[in-house]
Amino acid sequence: MTRPFRTTLATATAVAALMASVPAHADTLQIVMQSRVSVLDATLSTSHQTRNHGYMIHDTLLAIDADGELRPQMAEWEVSEDGTAFTFTLREGLTFHDGAPVTAEDAIASIKRWAQSDRMGRALMPRVTDMRAEDDRTFVIELDFATDLILSAFAKQSGLPLFVLPARLADTEAGTAITEQVGAGPFRFNAELFEPGVRVVYDRFEDYIPRDEPASGLAGGKVVNFDRVERIEMADELTMVNSLLAGEIDYLETIPFDLVPMVEGNPDLIIEIHDTTGFQSLYRFNQLNAPFDNATIRRAAMYALGQEPALQAQIGNPDFFQTCAAVFGCGMPYEFDTHAEMVIEPNPERAAELLEEAGYDGAPVVILQATDIPMIQSIPVVMAQQLRAAGFNVEVQAMDFMTLLSRRSNRGPVEEGGWSIFLTTWHNVEVQDPIRSFTVTANGPDAWAGWPDVPELVELVDTYLVTGDPDERHELARQIHDITLEQGVSVPFGQVVRPTGRRAGIDGILEAPVPVFWNITRD
Amino acid sequence: MLRYVLQRIVATIPVMGVVAVLVFVLLRLSTGDPAVIMAGDAASEAQLEAIRRHMGLDQPIVVQFFIWLGQVATGDFGTSLHYGMPVTQIIGGRVGPSLSLALLTIALSIAVAVPLGALAAWAHGSILDRLVMSFSVLGFSTPIFVTGYVFVFLLAVKAGWFPIQGYRPLANGVGPWLTALVLPTVSLSTIYIALIARITRSSILEVMGEDFIRTARSKGVAEVQVFMRHALRNAAVPITTIIGIGAAFMISGVVVTESVFNIPGLGRLVVEAVLARDYPLIQALILLFSFVYILINLIVDLLYTVFDPRIRY
Repeated sequence: MTRPFRTTLATATAVAALMASVPAHADTLQIVMQSRVSVLDATLSTSHQTRNHGYMIHDTLLAIDADGELRPQMAEWEVSEDGTAFTFTLREGLTFHDGAPVTAEDAIASIKRWAQSDRMGRALMPRVTDMRAEDDRTFVIELDFATDLILSAFAKQSGLPLFVLPARLADTEAGTAITEQVGAGPFRFNAELFEPGVRVVYDRFEDYIPRDEPASGLAGGKVVNFDRVERIEMADELTMVNSLLAGEIDYLETIPFDLVPMVEGNPDLIIEIHDTTGFQSLYRFNQLNAPFDNATIRRAAMYALGQEPALQAQIGNPDFFQTCAAVFGCGMPYEFDTHAEMVIEPNPERAAELLEEAGYDGAPVVILQATDIPMIQSIPVVMAQQLRAAGFNVEVQAMDFMTLLSRRSNRGPVEEGGWSIFLTTWHNVEVQDPIRSFTVTANGPDAWAGWPDVPELVELVDTYLVTGDPDERHELARQIHDITLEQGVSVPFGQVVRPTGRRAGIDGILEAPVPVFWNITRD
Repeated sequence: MLRYVLQRIVATIPVMGVVAVLVFVLLRLSTGDPAVIMAGDAASEAQLEAIRRHMGLDQPIVVQFFIWLGQVATGDFGTSLHYGMPVTQIIGGRVGPSLSLALLTIALSIAVAVPLGALAAWAHGSILDRLVMSFSVLGFSTPIFVTGYVFVFLLAVKAGWFPIQGYRPLANGVGPWLTALVLPTVSLSTIYIALIARITRSSILEVMGEDFIRTARSKGVAEVQVFMRHALRNAAVPITTIIGIGAAFMISGVVVTESVFNIPGLGRLVVEAVLARDYPLIQALILLFSFVYILINLIVDLLYTVFDPRIRY
């Protein structure tokens, strides 16, 4: 070897060593989620990313396992003979990240805060006659009627799950965000390394005692096998996929549908669907103004719109979508297909007939299009074309989802900045029954956006709340499903599951409606 | 000169004041409710009211403005509505990556573009000139994100020479810092190299046709000296102007580059803040950008006096 060559080689080696990036900690799991987390208070925001953050640092009193069964998590429970009183006993050894033990008072304070914001909590709390701590680990809740819905509510997986916080935080005034990230979950929030919009770092909580039984769904032993989980916030979808391909990250919550072919066939990567429950897309009419203040015109629009072409345009790959007419979700306990003919296949002829019958005068229809929600961003364009084919006068207005949320609150006619149709998605576990689902609210001005006024529906939902018999509940849910579609209160627009990517060697990811990071190992 | 600099700095105060008023009013007039964004799709009106009250958004706009102005006057730019952290702390964490990217881009652009433009002017009409101008048109016409993705695919995904995303602070060492910034810098520089090279070439060509160049040549001054000492120096003013404009417009360029390469800089932060309607954060960022813009203009004006002694303030 000549001297110049040796010198060059040595220099190149030194430069390469200098240029080498600092390796991540060997026991760090690096993850990228679908979008960034901007609100850290999981008791305030229904954002899925905030909820995901909540599951890292908090724990729940009860949980749902992979089979959909209710399981104890932080607490065991007993029900009184008459079914109106519930005694909860906290597990021994539960500790908050600040070192304080988890007590019954903490649980009660957390329930009170949760019930101010959550739909199920708001429905049930007025019926609670007493909620008291018996001792440090035991508390009792008494209601004025017999129901097991309180258990379902305490175990709800999404929307606003009931996370247990220290009472000193849970007592924070309603509407005020809790800024201290202290929970009793399997990970602790690393405030020093937190960089908003850049990365969120979670360290294994050494004092967390997992349950003995194996992890299943969101229940069971939450055994953490990594010292640290580093959540890297990324804005660009292609960068996310490239990072997974290059091994810079271990896990990508959602591979964008159109980028799946980039990853397929790569022996170092595995694409899976961990959340088989999936998301429901749905649209809602503004029923305060023309033309959708007319039930016949709403039905005409429902006939005009077909799910498959829009889902094909949006998702493309049929492995990730299915048509679905069930108001409470397909594959869920209350799956019904009544009136499927109105909402699955497009029927422009029937739509045109109904428009003529209703005397539609060409009133403008404004569809709000959220351009930053990958699951639905293209659908309004297809919807518009289908409505035009039936004779509607349609305009699509594009905006980001946050603008859409504000714009949607405008109850005026389209000439005054109002709207006619908006499309959104819910996780199926958020719409699986009449109590937790916002989509069946029809109490006029107090209803969810669209403001349908269908007293019969409101009455049925109220009856469902106080009904204990499962068969009766099933029948009530069926009636609610029927009326929801007959009145065009909310209209399902198919179901979507998301492909998740992981590096080969990352195993143990749980099948659950929420991405969670316990039970995971690296070969 | 010092008096001029001080005058210009003092003059920034009313400009910043106007910017502050405009940003504040425009934000309040634009669609988007931070409370809705914070609470999510399913929040009740009572919840939203409580959040607005906590954020101080239930106050009249004028009251909100004067509260904010009072805070700014004391150096307090408020607290981020979403993160609950001081705005200055959030911005402080993002300055490093953006500053690194911007300075490296300016340095690389000048280092490559000025010689390239000068070379094209020197070899005016030759194949070299045409090649440089072709590159210039291509570089100026190609969007930054396309350039970025191509570099990522070739040099990061395929070759594995550079990381795909992220930023390593200088404190971690020059190597990691530079490695993380190579691709973003080259991607962002392409457009500026194209622009500056083109202006350099045309400026030099324009100067080369002046009488004093002819005089220098007739006096027997060597062509290299004519080019370097007379032509290039006299073309420096328009070149400096375009570098200044380019540096100011880089604010928009870093937004795209930082997204493509996942660099946690100010560009990405401003997009996040706007999407979240995080009013205090947006206001502080726009004020900062305005200040930087004014500062760049001041530096450019001062540089004129260096390159052309006839200019006096």
